[in-house]
Amino acid sequence: MRIGVTRETKPGETRVSATPKTVDQLRKLGYDVVVEAGAGAAADFADEAFVATGATIGAAADVWGADVVFRVNAPEDAEIARMAAGTTLVGLLSPALNPELVDKLVAQGVTALAMDAVPRISRAQSLDVLSSMANIAGYRAVIEAAHNFGRFFTGQVTAAGKVPPAKVLVAGAGVAGLAAIGAASSLGAIVYATDPRPEVADQVKSLGGEYLGVESAEVEVSATGYAKEMGEDYNARAAALYAQQCPQVDILITTALIPGRPAPRLITGEMVAAMQPGSVIVDMAAANGGNVEGTVAGQVVTTANGVTIIGYTDLPGRLPAQASQLYGTNLVNLMKLLTPGKDGQLVLDLDDVVQRGMTVARDGEKLWPPPPVQVSAAPQATPATRPVAEPKTPMSLAKRFTLIGVGVAALWLLNAFAPQQLVEHFFVLTLAIVIGYYVIGKVHHALHTPLMSVTNAISGIIVVGALLQIGRGETIIRVLSFAAILLASINVFGGFAVTRRMLGMFTRG
Amino acid sequence: MTAHGIANAAYIVAALLFIMSLAGLSRHESARPGIYYGIAGMAIALAATIGLAAKGEPEAGLPGLGGTTTALLIVAVAVGAAIGLWRAKVVEMTGMPELIALLHSFVGLAAVLVGWDGYYAVEDKGGQHEFGGSLLKIHHAEVFIGVFIGAVTLTGSLVAFGKLSARLKSAPMVLPGKNFLNLGALVAFLGLTIAFVASPNLGLLVAVTAVALALGWHLVASIGGGDMPVVVSMLNSYSGWAAAASGFLLDNNLLIVTGALVGSSGAYLSYIMCQAMNRSFISVIAGGFGIEQKSDDTDYGEHREINALDAAELLKDASSVIITPGYGMAVAQAQYPVADLTRRLRERGIEVRFGIHPVAGRLPGHMNVLLAEAKVPYDIVLEMDEINDDFPQTDVVLVIGANDTVNPAAAEDPTSPIAGMPVLHVWEAKHVIVFKRSMAVGYAGVQNPLFFRENTQMLFGDAKERVEDIVKAL
Repeated sequence: MRIGVTRETKPGETRVSATPKTVDQLRKLGYDVVVEAGAGAAADFADEAFVATGATIGAAADVWGADVVFRVNAPEDAEIARMAAGTTLVGLLSPALNPELVDKLVAQGVTALAMDAVPRISRAQSLDVLSSMANIAGYRAVIEAAHNFGRFFTGQVTAAGKVPPAKVLVAGAGVAGLAAIGAASSLGAIVYATDPRPEVADQVKSLGGEYLGVESAEVEVSATGYAKEMGEDYNARAAALYAQQCPQVDILITTALIPGRPAPRLITGEMVAAMQPGSVIVDMAAANGGNVEGTVAGQVVTTANGVTIIGYTDLPGRLPAQASQLYGTNLVNLMKLLTPGKDGQLVLDLDDVVQRGMTVARDGEKLWPPPPVQVSAAPQATPATRPVAEPKTPMSLAKRFTLIGVGVAALWLLNAFAPQQLVEHFFVLTLAIVIGYYVIGKVHHALHTPLMSVTNAISGIIVVGALLQIGRGETIIRVLSFAAILLASINVFGGFAVTRRMLGMFTRG
Repeated sequence: MTAHGIANAAYIVAALLFIMSLAGLSRHESARPGIYYGIAGMAIALAATIGLAAKGEPEAGLPGLGGTTTALLIVAVAVGAAIGLWRAKVVEMTGMPELIALLHSFVGLAAVLVGWDGYYAVEDKGGQHEFGGSLLKIHHAEVFIGVFIGAVTLTGSLVAFGKLSARLKSAPMVLPGKNFLNLGALVAFLGLTIAFVASPNLGLLVAVTAVALALGWHLVASIGGGDMPVVVSMLNSYSGWAAAASGFLLDNNLLIVTGALVGSSGAYLSYIMCQAMNRSFISVIAGGFGIEQKSDDTDYGEHREINALDAAELLKDASSVIITPGYGMAVAQAQYPVADLTRRLRERGIEVRFGIHPVAGRLPGHMNVLLAEAKVPYDIVLEMDEINDDFPQTDVVLVIGANDTVNPAAAEDPTSPIAGMPVLHVWEAKHVIVFKRSMAVGYAGVQNPLFFRENTQMLFGDAKERVEDIVKAL
């Protein structure tokens, strides 16, 4: 089958749905790829680069006439009309927001797959465009902030004086927030992060940030069911935290988004007014109304007190090559899922929740909205229920002393009544066991196998017993001793030799 | 200065050298000199004993060695040495557990033979002049104990050898009332001993040998393959006690000291192994996991697969990698490609380390020897406690042929059969790649939630081939 990679027509769109690298991967799955002339120009992928990895360059008609059409944004009406019935269209279709688009696609008889409707279950992570774009956006948000910020991110001590590091606060530690934390801390800033989910604290820390928990005793309680009421309590305390932090931080990046609802207002005008002049806010939720009061979607505004609020809505598109590469890889992963035979034949399996979830239309049949995905069966992040400490209660002191006392008394009794010769043997045995315990206890774990083979060798000392008896004269004793000497000798020589060989293998780096 | 005195003096030196030999094994640096202490100790002990035997001790009924006997002795040692050196030279490191089990059985058999010798030398003649009164009775008991421990060691080790070398099925054999069978054998031993002390005869000796042989066989046959580290160290311990019992029988302190050293070494290793599985020694001996197999209907979700090419990409981008091998690596003989992979990654400046669980493999320290054989430097091979805190800072973990030792259920699910067992916390790393043949459960019969974690990807197939594929892709 043929895959058509279209040129994006939405104004300002820089991304493209395939890169030379993903074209190569698609060809390995058995597909032919035709790329519209100039499709990758905005992302710095020249037509020749696509040709080099096996694509052909075609006109718009060729691309839209392919069996599978790759797209970043939803197609326009004219473009829809170019697709033959039965064509498969893949792109960011936002079916929930664009019911008319869905109807038009159904009317056209195409099969439409919405990349932004992939169910968020672990198996589908490799096709999750929202995650890959959020990652880019988080990184770019930090870059935009740094660009608008009049100082260093990292602290320095220079001949011209000491420069303090910038303080960055990231609200929301989702994919975008974590990417922002990582980018800001690698630029050298001191990074704080907030999130209603305390379990993200470790992730924040692993990226070099510090997690600021909202100090609400009821956070834990809120998990038990009083969500609304406690939510208000939580919001009030969170607001207090932001109000306290705002005057201290230089950079504020907000990422709070709730699917299908306007973005929550985290930062009020008063908080913005309390920030230092020259501070920068990046509101990553600008497209959905913004987390910050005063954000203007798509624009950079400066407040009366000199705080810059960046409301760009196209942050991923500002890294076109990277965004195209990740989006393209998401599409390749989708095609892997849809091409079980790796033979270039697309097979849509609507019994698979991932495929069903993203299928908006098929052959004139409207399949949106999909049935709700049953709650992901992936194990939930189990709240830290450490196993109840094994009740290995140490023996009480009295009990222990009694036991030791009984043991010692038994040993004494046994020896007191045993003949002298046996007592001497017990004496030697007891001391040897104690020495053995202390000596072996210090042996390095890595040397346990050599330890066993060397004890194999020295337990061959039983040869001494046989040697002492072989001279007794009777034939039966001779025969038995001969066998014992032979066996024990195998142990002695074999054990030492194999230990030596093994130890010779251990080498230092 | 008698011959006996000279020999005893030599024995003290030999015993000391053996202790120094074992002490040397505590560190890599001192391990090799340690071997030579051991060899020196053994040479001294043998020279003194042969000297003593050759000169004879007429008052102890030892006439000294004649020409034929000397020749016999030399032939026995020479043949034994030849066989031992040959086996030591050709054995594969993956075959070490079998070799060690086999060597244990030799000690067991030798102890049985020495015990029978003791019977023919003393009891068969109705007691001799040098044993008076209670000493003679003690000698009877010593013969019995020596033969019993030796015979248990013999068959136990042979069964272990069979299971390790796949000549026998490694699944535990479950006879009805198996614990009572073991207990019954012990009671029978006690009864036979009392009878033998009262009136020694060959029939009783044959009977106790048979009971012990059966007990040793049954004891190990009913333990599964994954518990072999405990079994092998337990048999190591028994072989030591067998030697010590012979020492009592022959009135020889060197045998007692050496036997006790080996015995406590094996016991200590068994203890470490049991701790690493969070199980008591008794529960291991009484039978393996999986006896009360409860069906597990928990839906763990779906696992994700990865191919060798993508795994190579992941490794290329990593800055720190930990490899946790298990018995599967030994089975697939994957240690050489793993070492090759390690070398290549290290050349790229990627930090590669190994995390070894104490019960990984079929022998204590088995993985370390395999990796050493493949020339992995030992200073990047760490034990569980040394590396467990480093997983959160690790980019990629490769789990090669390990299952239960990396099961998060042990740490997180108090209802799991393996709850509380110390495990390698691989799931804390950013990415985990599990090399596995299929989704089958591990030795403990417990499903591993690790495979269904979001940061885990499965790489199915033969571990050796898959690792080679990754090396190629690099």
